Amino acid sequence: MNDLQFRDPRQARSMAATLVRLVSETGRKVAVMHVCGSHEQAIAKYGLRSLFPKTLEVIMGPGCPVCVTDLPEVDEGVLIAAQGARIATFGDMLKVPGSVKSLADAQASGAKIDIVYSPRQAVEIARSTTEEVVLFATGFETTAVATAAVILDNPPPNFSVLSAHKYIPPVMEIVAEMPETRIEGFLAAGHAAAITGSAIFEPFVARHKVPVVIAGFEPNDIMAGLVELVELIRAGTPRVVNMFPRCVTRDGNLRAQEQLWRVFRPIGGRWRGIAHVPNGNLRLRDEFAHVDARRRFPIDLTSLWDYAPPALAGQCICGDIMSGIRNPNDCRLFNRECVPESPVGACMVSNEGTCKIWHLYGGVPDLEASA
Amino acid sequence: MCLGVPGKVIEVHDSVALVDFWGVRKEVRLDIVDEAVGPGDYILNHVGFAIRRIPPESIEETLALYEMLLADGGDDLMSLDVRSEIEASS
Repeated sequence: MNDLQFRDPRQARSMAATLVRLVSETGRKVAVMHVCGSHEQAIAKYGLRSLFPKTLEVIMGPGCPVCVTDLPEVDEGVLIAAQGARIATFGDMLKVPGSVKSLADAQASGAKIDIVYSPRQAVEIARSTTEEVVLFATGFETTAVATAAVILDNPPPNFSVLSAHKYIPPVMEIVAEMPETRIEGFLAAGHAAAITGSAIFEPFVARHKVPVVIAGFEPNDIMAGLVELVELIRAGTPRVVNMFPRCVTRDGNLRAQEQLWRVFRPIGGRWRGIAHVPNGNLRLRDEFAHVDARRRFPIDLTSLWDYAPPALAGQCICGDIMSGIRNPNDCRLFNRECVPESPVGACMVSNEGTCKIWHLYGGVPDLEASA
Repeated sequence: MCLGVPGKVIEVHDSVALVDFWGVRKEVRLDIVDEAVGPGDYILNHVGFAIRRIPPESIEETLALYEMLLADGGDDLMSLDVRSEIEASS
């Protein structure tokens, strides 16, 4: 381990030792899941997996919003762009494959795509033009609140939103209920929980008897979160523990929640490769039909059926990877046909995707071999 | 990215704050944040919106991670995400 990268290396070492002891006390292999691209980035950057006991598996779940954007959602963006509207979207979305085309493909054939950093920029573009501007909005609740805020702030009439926003708590239910799941605990992402509050996870824990620990993003925050999580698993006392109180409260940000639920309603829908997730998608409420691109543009997905889907796409196992059933090394395409320059699956596109992160950091150390 | 970036509020006009992120000054909307925000406060910015006012006693601890990421100058995904969020025009 590289001491320089830890603010308190002694503490990190001591927590690593505790983790080894706790996992061994369970007498079994333990698998836990985090649902946040930034957590995976930190785990990879600081080499934390080399500190975990080999009997502890820390899996990245569906924590990359770009990766779980379903193919038909990309198709909707492509079809709206084909009608001449300008699509404003986050940079990661450009290369994400749809059923037939990505937005980058659409752009190459003349579609107008603007990369934005914030939903506000999409509104500014709309104010500067008479063209239709459609914000193709992806992201979890942390980003959806920003989209809600611009919708509530009187955007110009040529502005609308194609919402592919997703809501994290329901997908945790899906992962917990998968028959093949090995996940015994969840590490929840600090900043999404800053919006929803830690209490959102209490009914989940009661239903599934699986602990949830909210953790920050420093290496030692993650180590401390894992120690707490494994201790709850070992003791058989599932509950919600907030290890990130400087950012997360029990109730969360009520003002943001009020705006989120005033604009959006949760509906069921597919998460790419994973499953139909009841209440996992955020769509605009009827009061905001005038801002809803799905109701302003005719979208006929069957018009894409004349085109053959990319041949390799059927071999992509992104969904199993995000469900914690397999990892990138189990994929025939990983680092061969599928690389960041020419991604087959969305997990290789986004900086928050498991495959992109593993590609960059060379996967995980083979602890079995070195033990 | 869900990391967000903390910054120091320089001035506030209605629901917009001018915020300093390590020397880069940007406008950040205050529509979502659930506490009153004034000059000198620190907020956590996510895609141009303050999502949280950082409690004064937690500022140093919160900044530490970012100081560490900016100091190591790494070209890893985490450092890149933080730098691009700081640099992104809003």
